[in-house]
Amino acid sequence: MSDPVQPLLRVKDLTKNFEVGGGVFGRDATVVHAVDRVSFDIAPGETLGLVGESGSGKSTTGRCILRLIEPTAGEVWFEGRNVTALDPAAFRSLCRDMQIIFQDPFASLNPRMTIGAIIGEALTIHGLAKSKQAFSDRVVQLLETVGLQADHMRRYPHEFSGGQRQRIGIARALAVEPKLIVCDEPVSALDVSIQAQVINLLEDLQQKFGLTYLFIAHDLSVVEHISRRVAVMYLGRIVEIATARDLYATPLHPYTEALLSAVPVTDPQARRRRIVLQGEVPSPINPPTGCHFHTRCPIRQLPLCATQIPPLEQKRDGHWAACHLRS
Amino acid sequence: MAEPLLEIRGLKTHFSTDDGMVQAVDGVDITIGRGETVGVVGESGCGKTVTALSVLKLIAMPPGKIVAGEVLYQGRNLVPLGADEMDRIRAKDIAMVFQEPMTSLNPVYTVGEQIAEVLRRHEGLSRRDAAEKTIEMLRLVQIPNPDRRLNDYPHQFSGGMRQRVMIAMALSCSPKLLIADEPTTALDVTIQAQILELLADMKSRFGMAIMLITHAMGVVAETAQRVVVMYAGKVIEEAPVDALFANPRHPYTQGLIRSIPRIDTAATQKARLEAIPGVVPSLLNPPPGCRFAPRCRYAMAKCREAVPPLREVGGGHKVACVLVEPALEMAGR
Repeated sequence: MSDPVQPLLRVKDLTKNFEVGGGVFGRDATVVHAVDRVSFDIAPGETLGLVGESGSGKSTTGRCILRLIEPTAGEVWFEGRNVTALDPAAFRSLCRDMQIIFQDPFASLNPRMTIGAIIGEALTIHGLAKSKQAFSDRVVQLLETVGLQADHMRRYPHEFSGGQRQRIGIARALAVEPKLIVCDEPVSALDVSIQAQVINLLEDLQQKFGLTYLFIAHDLSVVEHISRRVAVMYLGRIVEIATARDLYATPLHPYTEALLSAVPVTDPQARRRRIVLQGEVPSPINPPTGCHFHTRCPIRQLPLCATQIPPLEQKRDGHWAACHLRS
Repeated sequence: MAEPLLEIRGLKTHFSTDDGMVQAVDGVDITIGRGETVGVVGESGCGKTVTALSVLKLIAMPPGKIVAGEVLYQGRNLVPLGADEMDRIRAKDIAMVFQEPMTSLNPVYTVGEQIAEVLRRHEGLSRRDAAEKTIEMLRLVQIPNPDRRLNDYPHQFSGGMRQRVMIAMALSCSPKLLIADEPTTALDVTIQAQILELLADMKSRFGMAIMLITHAMGVVAETAQRVVVMYAGKVIEEAPVDALFANPRHPYTQGLIRSIPRIDTAATQKARLEAIPGVVPSLLNPPPGCRFAPRCRYAMAKCREAVPPLREVGGGHKVACVLVEPALEMAGR
């Protein structure tokens, strides 16, 4: 947040409320606070990891940035332009710079389109291929970039394995030469040996094309591996943000601590004391007052934690946390 | 070693499809001692779930068929048993917890009715006694207000709570073996920690053996005493847990462990992940020889000729790889 470099992406007080239920007159609609005043910056070429459990609002945050879901409030700035205020035409041209890779490689590719058509669709939309030849040359080039072959162009998604489909999704995102890619759980549906292939590919592409990633995942070890900085979300709010190294070595927020200690590790020598949180994540329809985490927090001190929302403050150099009790 | 609780010998479960025979499980040997926790790990399609389902004869036949092998439970072969006899084994002797807590409970019955059904059927309890025991079981798996939650339907429970209900149901007849098939895969990491803790607690209380099937190496490392690694329908390595992670011998196991990003090395260095190239082979007419050979960096001509047998290399560590010849092992020292 205190980066001297001009950030590529700046998210400021991003908020998304979903109305659920509700009568015909909308009087008794309940509001789900999916994303609650989330702010962060991403520097050019950086990878920011966004972790949290189901329902923490991490995917909604990613989608609001691309306006796949219209945010309720807050601003998203991309290269100094306010994305949230753009009219549809101007926003469409900006879409070239921001792309997304989805979690489910089985659901995110149209089964009735060939791989060539899927990857090339954006080329047509944005007028990036001047001729038929240029179109197919570019598609072949993209396929090869992600480790697939030219003859895959005429095949359909069902002919590919999960890992290959995820490569196709990556090629589609790369087609328009974006600057930012929102990776929404890109490896969670894959087996570990294939997961490593895709992570390595994403890292290579970042090097090659100078890409910036917002890497959303629930797997803390994957996020730690790929990110320079990591933000932890709980019930719609960012509770901690720091470099991957600092966050994992010295977590400040008690939720981050518990989350890290819950990850099973393969090294029998490295086993740590486990903090097992009691209870479950409360409902975002009626989240706890004050600090959202106070109902499960092992170090809470009432009444402060139950009444006041802890601000996200810089506690150490570049290490931000939202906790009343940690300094 | 005393008589094992469960001994799977040369198990082959094949499925007939339009394209031919899928050799999902092809000659698997797994032994589980009384009160022991054995982890069975591998990636999708390696045959770990089919192995577990074959033990309880829960695979659909046809298209599935146990074409060879024995499943010895306390010395008695389960493979030839009929439906009635298997019914008595299930729940009372061997119980199972499935991956999907959403789909493995019946949505139109309350959880109380579902647990009580098991008790009345297998333990012959009266309606009243079954209800009482159900409350006791729900309390044991730490479901708050069990006397009220009893009357709730599965959709009124969260994923973690449903998995607790499944565990309560599985343990209600005090089985000697619990087969847990990916019990925490669908859960968030903090809930996973709760369920793993609960399983450990239940184990110390009931003393049952656990066959834990998972793709997560970390979960196995922290729960199992012994680990069996499967690849493409075969066991390729087996070892006590510490030996497996400290000194994996099969190139596949080595690759699998190295391909996981490790949180505990955060402060030191970030190495590039070692991915295993290629994909899992098709189990329709698999090629002769070691099934990992096409992806193995050490593969040689010999690997493609015959399937390497699973051989002990010392200390209960068994490996199926031509590179790890027991004889070479001795010479190397």
